Amino acid sequence: MADLELTGAEIVVRCLQAEGVKHLFGYPGGAVLNIYDEIYKQNGFEHILVRHEQAAVHAADAYARSTGQVGVALVTSGPGATNAVTGIATAYMDSIPMVVITGQVPTPAIGMDAFQEVDTIGITRPCVKHNFLVKDVRELADTMKKAFYIAATGRPGPVVVDIPKDVTQHKCLFHYPDSIAMRSYNPTSKGHGGQIKRAVQMLLEAKRPVIYIGGGVILGNAAQQITAFARLLGYPVTSTLMGLGGYPSPDPLFLGMLGMHGTIEANMAMQHSDVLLAVGARFDDRVIGNPKHFSSEARKIIHIDVDPSSISKRVRVDVPIVGDVAKVLEEFSRLIQASPERPEQQAIKAWWAQIELWRSQDCLKYDRSSPVIKPQYVVEKLYEVTGGEAFVTSDVGQHQMWAAQYYKFDKPRRWINSGGLGTMGFGLPAAMGVQLAHPGADVACITGEGSIQMNIQELATCKQSKLPIKIILLNNGYLGMVRQWQEFFYEERYAESYMSSLPDFVKLAESYGHVGMRIEKPGDVEGALREAFAMKERLVFLDFLTDPRENVYPMIPAGKGLSEMILI
Amino acid sequence: MRHILSLLMENEAGALSRVAGLFSARGYNIESLTVAPTEDATLSRMTIVTRGSDEVVEQITKQLNKLVDIVKVQDLTDGSHIERELMLVKVRASGEYREEMKRLADIFRGRIIDVTDKTYTIELTGAGSKLDAFLEAVDVSAILETVRTGASGIGRGERIMKI
Repeated sequence: MADLELTGAEIVVRCLQAEGVKHLFGYPGGAVLNIYDEIYKQNGFEHILVRHEQAAVHAADAYARSTGQVGVALVTSGPGATNAVTGIATAYMDSIPMVVITGQVPTPAIGMDAFQEVDTIGITRPCVKHNFLVKDVRELADTMKKAFYIAATGRPGPVVVDIPKDVTQHKCLFHYPDSIAMRSYNPTSKGHGGQIKRAVQMLLEAKRPVIYIGGGVILGNAAQQITAFARLLGYPVTSTLMGLGGYPSPDPLFLGMLGMHGTIEANMAMQHSDVLLAVGARFDDRVIGNPKHFSSEARKIIHIDVDPSSISKRVRVDVPIVGDVAKVLEEFSRLIQASPERPEQQAIKAWWAQIELWRSQDCLKYDRSSPVIKPQYVVEKLYEVTGGEAFVTSDVGQHQMWAAQYYKFDKPRRWINSGGLGTMGFGLPAAMGVQLAHPGADVACITGEGSIQMNIQELATCKQSKLPIKIILLNNGYLGMVRQWQEFFYEERYAESYMSSLPDFVKLAESYGHVGMRIEKPGDVEGALREAFAMKERLVFLDFLTDPRENVYPMIPAGKGLSEMILI
Repeated sequence: MRHILSLLMENEAGALSRVAGLFSARGYNIESLTVAPTEDATLSRMTIVTRGSDEVVEQITKQLNKLVDIVKVQDLTDGSHIERELMLVKVRASGEYREEMKRLADIFRGRIIDVTDKTYTIELTGAGSKLDAFLEAVDVSAILETVRTGASGIGRGERIMKI
């Protein structure tokens, strides 16, 4: 690229184009007006105007989750940046590659308590992979390159680039580097050969093996490799909330999700395994519950992760392997194919017999003859109507768990939810990002009446950008998960978990120019879904009035162990 | 267990706050922290004294390595090392104290670097325990002010930390 004298604002736009950005989510304001002026003059990428900065960041985040590319958001200084923080923290907890550009007051005004000034670098520091304040326009292009590089490599994460307004006005020669090397940042990608051999040997000698996959399988594009590897040995696979779709859910080797709302077979197999292979997962509190209870049974643990700090953090690991999960798994499969040894068939058969016994308890059963709509039924019908091919985003709460339990994801990057931070208000803006990345695809946002109201204003963005999302509202009139905990652990004192004064969601959707439907009877569920998905060009808001007393089962109470589930 | 961590980091604004923020966010303990540029002006060297179980210190090391500004992390307590700290202490030096303070400073190989009719300012260098011992040896009421740098550490012999 020939070097040209450009303003900082032009440089920002050129850098985004050079990175191949197709969609930028943002909201203008004083500090970023120069950048917006350059966006106006170009047509290399499309800018999506949201109605709240949090939504811009969630949309960019979901764009990244569903494509694997870096998501990009642009917000102004001060309140623009603080509104973006929830979105940044959401992406950070789930390791999503994202670059967030924030405007800043001009450099001479920094520290003067200027209008719309906040210390964006200080505020975002604990929830970013890295952040930069660009004080000199000559550093801008290199900084942008570093931001994209850091966001996308190693364990991915959000990077904030804070640009003062005067830097967007200053000029310098523009040169965008093809690559960048940093002495302080060199993520490991190739796993240690000796450790891989030890792990494979341990797996071949296993009698009660379990493969436990997490979000790292999705982020590391290792779905194919984990599927091939598990099938090679015929070992059972379970997944965290974040790993769903990393292994095909309808497959008989798949035990379902594990953890607080995991299946009996997944949790019991985890607890009673003798060799556990953890892949891109982090043994968090919602997955293994109490680590002491988990460690009370002896087992060997092999852990593959790109981030060394995820290994031996909550649970001591016997064979740590730091590296790119896809490459390490390929090496696993290669070594096993080359080895004359095979697992002891009798032991593996006995283990499967035990697992089938747990599975036969059918822990996800629910009352199918209920006269009121069961939320699980809506998700099952959604799965049928969309042929299992939809991208499904969710908010946080009971509906999120039902979506995870009953929509059988069989491809990676189709299940988009806020797992680590648990951010209500994520689902609708996330669906916008997904729909933009996949224009012809069915995109469903499974939500609750609490969560949807946390970013309901985005219905306007959907109208302006013509996004035909299908909103599946499981409306039980309660903050359902809060209500469930109050029922179980607070002697049914339902403190502030009931919201009266809900809006008429049908009219609300219509007032934004969308289609609204209210569904009150189980018999109408399928028809409504078919009708909605047939409207390819329209956003349809489906308000399903569901059973307010329904709970998510199984459930492991917080602080308990994997074998201490509450069943229906 | 007490550990001394040595860090080489980019000499950039904000690098210190990333380290300090990491320790407070994850509830790690900092006994002392000292930082200054090295002979290579683009690099700073930091020494952190911390306490924790082996598991905690392993996590601290991994988390520090993850910070993008950190170039290298070494646990000096993994091998033999030298540790030094500087203390300036202002003591009462009038009447009976005048001779005693001079004597104590000599015993601890301190130097008196500022003198008035009523006070001495003593410079002392050594391991933290030696500085503690000095303060214990002096009558508490005679201590007017102390300032300590926190420990700096370096590996013994051929053990070198460089990029």
